[in-house]
Amino acid sequence: MIKGKFIDNLPKIYGLYTGGFLIFIILMAIAEQAGMTAKTIGIMFVAFTVLIYALIGWLSRTVQVDAYYVAGRQVPTVFNGMATAADWMSGASFVAMAGGIYFGGYTYMAFLVGWTGGYILVSSLLAPYLRKFGCYTVPDFIGTRYGGNVARFCAVVVLTLASFTYVTAQINATGTIASRALGIPFELGVWVGLISILLCSMLGGMRAVTWTQVAQYIVLIIAYLLPIFWMSNKNGFGFFPHLMLGDEVARLGELEAQFGLVKNAAADLKSAGVPGGLKSISLPHSGVPAGGMAAWKFISLVICMMVGTASLPHILMRYFTTPSVKAARKSVAWSLFFIFLLYSSAPMLATLSKLQLMDPNLATSIIGKSISDVQSIQWVQDWSAAKQVFIADFNGDGILQLNEWFMRGGVVVLATPEVAGLPYVISGLVAAGGMAAAMSTADGLVLAIANALSHDLYFKIIDPKADVQKRLIVARALLIVIGAAGAYIASMRITSILGAVAWAFDFAMSGLFFPLVLGVWWKRATREGAIAGMIAGLAAGTAYLIYVGPKFMAMTPWLGIDHLRFGIIGAPVCLVAMVVVSLMTKEPDKATQAMVDELRIPSGKTILGKQH
Amino acid sequence: MSNKEKHWEKTRGLMILTLSLWFFFGYLIFMFGESLNSASFLGYPLAYYMCAQGSLLAFVVILFWFANKQEKIDEEFGFTESEDD
Repeated sequence: MIKGKFIDNLPKIYGLYTGGFLIFIILMAIAEQAGMTAKTIGIMFVAFTVLIYALIGWLSRTVQVDAYYVAGRQVPTVFNGMATAADWMSGASFVAMAGGIYFGGYTYMAFLVGWTGGYILVSSLLAPYLRKFGCYTVPDFIGTRYGGNVARFCAVVVLTLASFTYVTAQINATGTIASRALGIPFELGVWVGLISILLCSMLGGMRAVTWTQVAQYIVLIIAYLLPIFWMSNKNGFGFFPHLMLGDEVARLGELEAQFGLVKNAAADLKSAGVPGGLKSISLPHSGVPAGGMAAWKFISLVICMMVGTASLPHILMRYFTTPSVKAARKSVAWSLFFIFLLYSSAPMLATLSKLQLMDPNLATSIIGKSISDVQSIQWVQDWSAAKQVFIADFNGDGILQLNEWFMRGGVVVLATPEVAGLPYVISGLVAAGGMAAAMSTADGLVLAIANALSHDLYFKIIDPKADVQKRLIVARALLIVIGAAGAYIASMRITSILGAVAWAFDFAMSGLFFPLVLGVWWKRATREGAIAGMIAGLAAGTAYLIYVGPKFMAMTPWLGIDHLRFGIIGAPVCLVAMVVVSLMTKEPDKATQAMVDELRIPSGKTILGKQH
Repeated sequence: MSNKEKHWEKTRGLMILTLSLWFFFGYLIFMFGESLNSASFLGYPLAYYMCAQGSLLAFVVILFWFANKQEKIDEEFGFTESEDD
């Protein structure tokens, strides 16, 4: 087919695609001027982009095992970087991150450091070696390095638990965005989101997911950066916001002092009827909270997110698709570069968004204004009706104080362009970007789970004699089952987006980090050690989560290690169990040791064959 | 010591060096966030800047540097992949 030629023509193809997308934005802007309604523009943006992804998914269909599992191992470095960035940046990153910074300031920004620094662990400890190994999935490595079905099975369990926790949040996000953009109920939006996700992955597996993720990255990065640059220039804050918002950050500090940072009592919130999940600003934007405990809370969150990053299978498996070990390393660097473009922009968006609401010199400001005036503003009315913003006049003075203005985190990304008075076409673009971010991550996760179950559980453990056709049918059937299960749970609205996302990192780090790393770096690590590590780490982490989790036993966290940080308990238990049991059992046989030696050098054939 | 062992020793050295830089930008500076914030860079308080952009940018640079260094090590010991592997 077009395969060889397709790879050579990638820059041209995606260049045309980007150009086409920009033309589409311009056409929509013209249509808006001509009188097209906001609702139609929203539908056009989401429908048009999802159709393009579905088309790419269909064009990338395949009947070959290595194309299905690892995209034929021919994804060029830079493109794999873009695909990983889309795979990585979830609905939470896109929609909730700027909102988190808006409310949490510096304290929340531990997530930024944690969600980027983990890539150093990926590159220096794992990715190149797993690429040399030639595995299709992460449990494939554990199962072959340590040998035996029990180790493989444990890895499948950890992978499924971590990825599934993550995927429900993503399907939830696609549902939220689809329901808002298309004007349908959330429960229906979830299933529309799921169908879009499956369209991208079902026919072509990893190959299809790779090429749709590149397309999704392009959409999401344009959708995130364009409004920030536009707003910064419109308000005269500076041509290049990332380098020029120093004064604005300082100004926020002054305004915080002027308005006062007040933490509302829970009883007040309840009696005023503030809807759940809506918050007011009570933490400084750039100020560092005092004391060792605050520093430890920052650092412990960074540890969990970094180590979790390096253990998440849907990220690791992206590096199985590069043409070489060398390319895998370069590709990690490119991935982080593309992630950096969005992450370094989130604090700038939060800064702009806050200033627009708080600075009395700006026409858009609402804090310190009379409440009846504020309530007559169009966007305030729209978002109040959607229960996304709320005003409670606690002191009854008729003036909106900082602690009387409540918002849901996602509003920062979704409504800021509207607040700034940008045309609606930008809001439509942002919806398409959020959809792309949530879909691309959900695709990677659903595929990671389905591949582990079809390759490791079905083919390697249950039916090793299955032929290629049967394996791929099972893989696709599992994709549908897992997606549907995720959508079903998401439609029940159990967890908030961010709580669940952090848990996925903690689960992955508790069960998988040390078995993976020591599999490469410690020849003495044995099968029994790895099994003990995975079971003990996961059990300890989960037990602690149940102990402190606010929705479970809600006990007082030990040393500030709360439910977002339970990996701090799980991972060390995993390490100790793994080392102790490894040293107590007989050292791995000669063949295994030779395999580890071979794994450590880039040249030569992969350890597992091209088709296995 | 065999060629493979020497290669691994150098690789491990690079890994430790990389992780030291990672530790510096990811953890060490944030242990002193409070005092760091009294300094400023580009007009931003320094601790704020580091977790908004500085450390993130450092990680990107470290990754490209690491990839090049490791390639050099592989070349030195003759473990570079041939095109048709």
